[in-house]
Amino acid sequence: MGDVWTKVPVREQDPKVRAANFDEVCYGYNKEEAMTESVRCLNCKKPKCVAGCPVSINIPAFIQEVKEGNFEKAYDIISESSALPAVCGRVCPQESQCEGQCIRGIKGEPVSIGKLERFVADWARENGIKPKKAESSNGHKIAVIGAGPAGLTCAGDLARMGYEVTIFEALHKAGGVLSYGIPEFRLPKAAVVDKEVENVESLGVKIVKDVIIGKSITIDELLKDEGFEAVFIGSGAGLPMFMHIPGENANGVFSANEYLTRNNLMKAYREDYLTPIHKGSKVAVVGGGNVAMDAARTALRLGAEVHIVYRRSEAELPARAEEVHHAKEEGVIFNLLCNPVEIYVGEDGWVSGMKCIRMELGEPDASGRRRPVEIPGSEFDIDVDTVIMSLGTSPNPLISSTTIGLDTNRRKCIIADEATGKTTKEAVYAGGDAVTGAATVILAMGAGKAAAKGIDEFIRNK
Amino acid sequence: MYKILYADKLAANIYRMVVEAPMVARRCEPGQFVIVRVNEEGERIPLTICDYDREKGTVTIVFQPIGASTLILADLGEGDFIEDFVGPLGRPSDLIEEDIEELKKKHIIFIAGGVGTAPVYPQVKWLHEHGITADAIIGAKNKDLVILEKEFREVCNLYITTDDGSYGRSGMVTTCLQDLIDKEGKQYDHCVAIGPMIMMKFVCKLTKEYDLKTIVSMNPIMVDGTGMCGACRLTVGDEVKFACVDGPEFDGHLVDFDQAMKRMTMYKTEEGREALRLKEGKTHHGGCGNCGGDK
Ligand SMILES: Cc1cc2nc3c(=O)[nH]c(=O)nc-3n(C[C@H](O)[C@H](O)[C@H](O)COP(=O)(O)OP(=O)(O)OC[C@H]3O[C@@H](n4cnc5c(N)ncnc54)[C@H](O)[C@@H]3O)c2cc1C
Ligand SMILES: Cc1cc2nc3c(=O)[nH]c(=O)nc-3n(C[C@H](O)[C@H](O)[C@H](O)COP(=O)(O)OP(=O)(O)OC[C@H]3O[C@@H](n4cnc5c(N)ncnc54)[C@H](O)[C@@H]3O)c2cc1C
Ligand code: SF4
Ligand code: SF4
Ligand code: FES
Repeated sequence: MGDVWTKVPVREQDPKVRAANFDEVCYGYNKEEAMTESVRCLNCKKPKCVAGCPVSINIPAFIQEVKEGNFEKAYDIISESSALPAVCGRVCPQESQCEGQCIRGIKGEPVSIGKLERFVADWARENGIKPKKAESSNGHKIAVIGAGPAGLTCAGDLARMGYEVTIFEALHKAGGVLSYGIPEFRLPKAAVVDKEVENVESLGVKIVKDVIIGKSITIDELLKDEGFEAVFIGSGAGLPMFMHIPGENANGVFSANEYLTRNNLMKAYREDYLTPIHKGSKVAVVGGGNVAMDAARTALRLGAEVHIVYRRSEAELPARAEEVHHAKEEGVIFNLLCNPVEIYVGEDGWVSGMKCIRMELGEPDASGRRRPVEIPGSEFDIDVDTVIMSLGTSPNPLISSTTIGLDTNRRKCIIADEATGKTTKEAVYAGGDAVTGAATVILAMGAGKAAAKGIDEFIRNK
Repeated sequence: MYKILYADKLAANIYRMVVEAPMVARRCEPGQFVIVRVNEEGERIPLTICDYDREKGTVTIVFQPIGASTLILADLGEGDFIEDFVGPLGRPSDLIEEDIEELKKKHIIFIAGGVGTAPVYPQVKWLHEHGITADAIIGAKNKDLVILEKEFREVCNLYITTDDGSYGRSGMVTTCLQDLIDKEGKQYDHCVAIGPMIMMKFVCKLTKEYDLKTIVSMNPIMVDGTGMCGACRLTVGDEVKFACVDGPEFDGHLVDFDQAMKRMTMYKTEEGREALRLKEGKTHHGGCGNCGGDK
């Protein structure tokens, strides 16, 4: 085993093998590895790591229990703060959150908090341990819109306080992006996501699927006619953006959302499911975030040669470092500092190639990142038959446009107070991507938690 | 799970089902659609709402089996359950949002082709209930494929035309419309055409000549039906629209039908394979829960 300066390495599927299957890439720690890694934690008096975690998990406390081999106690500690630890342990950008703050990281590598959290959650699941339920109901009914991380967390917290919570979900499956967006090889659905959703249900939360708020029923109706005393909106940011360049409606151009939804939610990669997917032989994925990496690695697994086309340089890639590293290992090709300007369309209506232009980095923009500028005359063609647009998403206006008195900002995001989730409409709270725009699982969970507290206070003071 | 309360066949290959879906029935309006998922392995298939009963909490769908998922749906009958039935989706028809008095002044013609006859019905019926009698043309390949004739007769002035002349008038719906306007002195200021894309394209070409405003209901490939995937995008005028949230009804004179028709063929090969697999048990790996696979 390694020294105290480095993390206990985690076992992963061989890149060559995994590039052709949808099984999970990272195997996670076993008992011995977890206990060895836990020793590296200094059990700091003022743990910096906790401040870096948006839901303030008592990290040193749970790690101490791991060290002693008390995994159930460790799980209870994590459960006090997080409803989805098996998910967060896998997909949190730990390097910029808990682990980014860990004191160990100053001289060496930070403690592998994410992997430890994942180990504890997986251990609890394998051993049939469930989070603790509320003693009795307090009789107040709360509606939650969207069964993504924000909605699930808010619902779970409220249920633990004794509220009767119903989640309304538009799709036929709960989980939000965890179910339709993030691929199986990063976040197993049946083994992890479905089980975490069941845990939330075991707290007494009712999940009603196939209901689109704003279409099937409105928020005002939930409050007036259906007896809900408050509503939490966790409807995410699901609307895909396109570039509006020529050829973008050709056959073979997809949004990352469509591509990933077909494969994850509708399970197109499996023989026994009916939804089709266009496999493509040479695929360009436009964009550089987590979503782009997921789309690229999915296309790769379906058998294509895959190019990431990103307009800035490697240092600016918004995706998690681990994802970029994994994508490279698996054979995804990175075409950096270039941007598409046109998609060529063949006679048959399908993509026949793409024209790009080279970019260079100019002055930093408002976000502090150096702005990419086109190099005049540097156009060149790349040979692709499929293009996946992964340019970001924005909140769906379906809810805001059908709810009187619910204000949104310029970016269509619902305006809500960070500390309580309170919106501009009485009894209506919101959080997650619907408020912030596309962000992260753990931030959405943090917002769900804050809103649960906000709603509890609102009901108590009524 | 959503119970099928009634199922019958309107024609050789056209099925009708009345489904118990109170939440959809309570709010739906003419022009909107639902998404149906037959079972766990099934696709999400969009189907227009053809009728609804708010009191009974039921919604009627009419469909033509063309691929694997609709074939499985056609296999279900009264008392069976559909896994998912979500809606109402899309925007209601523009007509029902117009001022009734203004509408009464209008001369409206509906043009329905094939299975597209079914989605026209709730609109014609709605107008009738509001004291407006519209004209309607139903076009079908032949006599056996004419559907909902009785229902239509009760709520509008009906003209029927068949491609082979085996019933009603002879020829395409476009010929019928031309005859009505040119030879029979009819005047229209609003047209709604619903049917196969190719039909809608040619109706629009014709009505443009008459300067007759024409609304079409687009049925592109969809996945979620809530604006999340962009699979349903169309070019309308200079803009890209998502049929599921911006439509499904659009100004037919602005729709790029050629692009829309090409997009429709996107999964032809893959879908063909699925349908084949469904028919030929031997190569089918089972697990769809319906056909029993290759046990
Ligand atoms: C491909 C992909 C990869 C990602 N990778 C990572 C990662 O590695 N790490 C990370 O931290 N984050 C990642 N993210 C971001 C993260 O998934 C999101 O920030 C997070 O899921 C937001 O949670 P949420 O609950 O706000 O919304 P969502 O997860 O989007 O859930 C919203 C839910 O509400 C439902 N809904 C929407 N409208 C309605 C309505 N009108 N009525 C009823 N229900 C409705 C939706 O169907 C959905 O189920 C990724 C995102 C994507 C798309
Ligand atoms: C808003 C909307 C309303 C609709 N209303 C009705 C309706 O009331 N009744 C009805 O019978 N059908 C309707 N359709 C069409 C219906 O959804 C398709 O026939 C169905 O999705 C095909 O599914 P499948 O799996 O059986 O066939 P698939 O195996 O998916 O397809 C078989 C063949 O049909 C083509 N195809 C795929 N999707 C569509 C589509 N959306 N429309 C036409 N061809 C397609 C494929 O390219 C393939 O060649 C509607 C579609 C939309 C978008
Ligand atoms: S939830 Fe995320 S940020 Fe918090 S401790 Fe776990 S991995 Fe770190
Ligand atoms: S900062 Fe690092 S070492 Fe300190 S308690 Fe947190 S995980 Fe342990
Ligand atoms: S069907 Fe997905 S956006 Fe319209």
